[in-house]
Amino acid sequence: MPDTQSPSALKAAATPSLAARLALSEERYAESGHYKGIERLALKGEDHFRYERVWAELRGALVSARETALHISASPIVRNIGELCFALYTPEGDSVAVSTGIITHVHTMSEGIKYMIRQGYEDKPGIAEGDIYCNNDPTLGNVHTTDVHTIIPVFHEGELIAWVGGTAHQVDIGAGTPGHDPVASANRFEDGFYVTCEKVGSGHELHKDWLIKASRSVRTPLYWGLDEKCRIAGCYIVAEALQRMINSEGFAYVGQFMDEAVEEGRQNFLARVRERLVPGEYQTASFIDMPMADKAWHPESRVDLLMHAPLRLTIGAGGEFHMSMDGASGTVNAPFNASEGSMQGALWVLITQTLIYDGKVNDGAYLAAGHYFPPGTWCNATDPMLAYGTPWAFLIPSFTGLLRCLSRGYFTRGYREEIVTGYGFTGDPLQGGGVLADGKTYFPVSNFELCSVGLGARGTMDGLDAAYAMWNPEADMGDAEVWETIESGLLYLSRRFKPDTAGYGKYRGGSGWEALRYVHGVTSLQLYSFREGRTFHGGAGVFGGYPNSADYKVWVRNTNMAQLAAAQQPYPLGELSPSSSEIEELVQGDVTRVNEGLMFPEVFGNGDLFLSMFSGGPGYGDPLERDPAAIVADVERRVYLPETARRAFGVVVVEGGDGPAVDAAATGAERERLRQRRAARAVTYDEFFQRERARLLKGALIPPVKKMYRESMSLSAGWGAGFRSFWNLPDTFTM
Amino acid sequence: MTSLDKAGLADLIDGKLPWQQLKGLMSGTKDPERFDLCIQVLQERARFDDPILLPLTEHLFVVARGGERVVVCDCGYELGPLERNWKEAARILVRDSEELLEEIYDPYHRCDPEWMELREYCCPGCWSLLEVEAVPPGYPVLYDFKPDIDAFYESFLGRPAPDRGS
Repeated sequence: MPDTQSPSALKAAATPSLAARLALSEERYAESGHYKGIERLALKGEDHFRYERVWAELRGALVSARETALHISASPIVRNIGELCFALYTPEGDSVAVSTGIITHVHTMSEGIKYMIRQGYEDKPGIAEGDIYCNNDPTLGNVHTTDVHTIIPVFHEGELIAWVGGTAHQVDIGAGTPGHDPVASANRFEDGFYVTCEKVGSGHELHKDWLIKASRSVRTPLYWGLDEKCRIAGCYIVAEALQRMINSEGFAYVGQFMDEAVEEGRQNFLARVRERLVPGEYQTASFIDMPMADKAWHPESRVDLLMHAPLRLTIGAGGEFHMSMDGASGTVNAPFNASEGSMQGALWVLITQTLIYDGKVNDGAYLAAGHYFPPGTWCNATDPMLAYGTPWAFLIPSFTGLLRCLSRGYFTRGYREEIVTGYGFTGDPLQGGGVLADGKTYFPVSNFELCSVGLGARGTMDGLDAAYAMWNPEADMGDAEVWETIESGLLYLSRRFKPDTAGYGKYRGGSGWEALRYVHGVTSLQLYSFREGRTFHGGAGVFGGYPNSADYKVWVRNTNMAQLAAAQQPYPLGELSPSSSEIEELVQGDVTRVNEGLMFPEVFGNGDLFLSMFSGGPGYGDPLERDPAAIVADVERRVYLPETARRAFGVVVVEGGDGPAVDAAATGAERERLRQRRAARAVTYDEFFQRERARLLKGALIPPVKKMYRESMSLSAGWGAGFRSFWNLPDTFTM
Repeated sequence: MTSLDKAGLADLIDGKLPWQQLKGLMSGTKDPERFDLCIQVLQERARFDDPILLPLTEHLFVVARGGERVVVCDCGYELGPLERNWKEAARILVRDSEELLEEIYDPYHRCDPEWMELREYCCPGCWSLLEVEAVPPGYPVLYDFKPDIDAFYESFLGRPAPDRGS
């Protein structure tokens, strides 16, 4: 029988409910525009050094928790790539401080906590010290089922004073197909194991029935179990650090500090906008193809999709920030739907890399970043019955637009060093699973080396080569040897830069790369993957920079690789040029080569080859202005082929005694020829306008393009009116 | 704070700033005088005398000319008033066929022209490439940036725009 007269019990009884506190917090923010109505940062004003010391200790505890806990995991995705993060939240669920890692989830966990509060979890099932909660439902804050959240409440003298959350990306989530980003699911019931803000532990222990259920719900229970222990350990490290802080600073100080830190994060964000951007309207649009008409397994999914993400960023005269995707295309019978929480998480992760990457990085920036993701579209799908297994496929390209918009502002202010034209698509995640030669050992193919694509060009330099992931600022491809330890039937023959993947420009995008995989020692194996193929990912670069190259797929079955190895003959390491393939030159077999990035599950056998390709980033500025010496370096490093240097940059590279060199005279002539070609071919705006308009009026567009326009016009009256007005089309015009 | 002098800023604009300095700029707090110094350097380089109000792109500026705010290329070519999308005054090459796309991309690296086209906007004065759009056929021309110049000067910088007097 609990002691209802103890000081802590009395205090808890006198404390308003979490639901009341959340409502009050939101009310005060709505009234004052300040977090919980805090206008003045009193603690910071009274003793700045103490305030910053507490912040540093808190941040240190979170980073340390991640660095320590990841060693508990056995999954290379967590242990080597670091797809893990921790965050501390106020009792109302607003993030105060975050670790490093996959910090897109800092805000998504906030949504999960608030969901539990709003649903009255405090009464039923009750929130007590020692509870452990789990969530991975995209419509309750998460991005996709594969990202699993562990959340614990932190109590002090009987009062809930904070929450700590940790997210780790799973090797497998028990979806309809093995892997972490399915392409074949058409509804919720194929997304895999769903955990909907569930109490999975109490008294600081996981429930036995939960452990049994979870281990039987995924294909890789060993990785699941260790990932969960890793998340729990990290949460407790942070909770203990918070307790030590309360012991040294006092509960009243720490509680007030958490609130002020969120408000400071909000204020800092607005100050950054005024410091680095220019008021006005920024506009762009992003796209990606998912041709499914001839691939999808479900009748309702057999349609070619073109995702539309119009993006309008408005910076007000007072520095107000507002981003809208009004006009986005509709939801899909495919796993590419995104919940509002996942879009908010993505917005947060990008602004914390571009505008507010230092200082108090927390939900204050989220509060200050106004946004609109229209309900009923792919970017705020709302319907929990839809599939949300791979929202990244649409979300990643859509947010390239935000970087293009911000870069225009940075340029105008003179802060060219902050410009980033976008990023490569962290796609082509080779996925699937198989059984080894013993006929019983399952191995997952759940590769995460895609966490290292090309960054877009900067305003002062080329983009980083093979070194960026929009959702995890600590990009890392991981060691090939480590991937082989879990993907035991799929060996690496190579990893190297993929020529011509970097977007052209005065400053080029970061280069993409390729890995040639060899199937060996399996009794069965299925593989699948996705990327863009019919479109360029996202959009173009800025100021004349081109998009990075689109993806394609190539694999070879029934090869003679075993004979080549036995005869000690050369084997391929990829293909520098898809049109002149080293693979096809050296290996005999049945080649599949398609101009598409989307690949549904296919069966593979021993000796087969599969080429994984990772995206480059978009470019900046006119490619004809690129320094020819930089192009020579690109050719030497196989970032570009010599023929690409000539046709895209007008630089003639010749083989000299010391390697590639510029033919200066030929380059001058070639660049002049390309400029003259522009002059000879380019048409006036009026001619262009009439041609495009006539095409629309004739309806001379393929079905996915028509579908995209039709959906955007019907889902947003404003976007539709703008479209018709721009082309001077009748009010009745439809597709 | 990491500040740049005029020579340093010129190097930044030209992409010649040494990495250590560039890294310092990225990591440090920003120098509030950057905008004014930037305008000064760009104005000295300009082939026109009209005062620059804002740099818009690598080649384009908003300048005050004849009592109006107009967009000009650094070659001096005028691309219309600020209120109108400068792209309407540009020349446009649309890469909307496999042949045109394969002039610059390998057949396996290009988009499918039925799904997406590349629009290259060039300056009719110097034939510099000013912007590239990657959009489906029939997509409205993007109006990349409509700056609110008066709000910028008055609210962000605390002074009227140069063409509005003091």
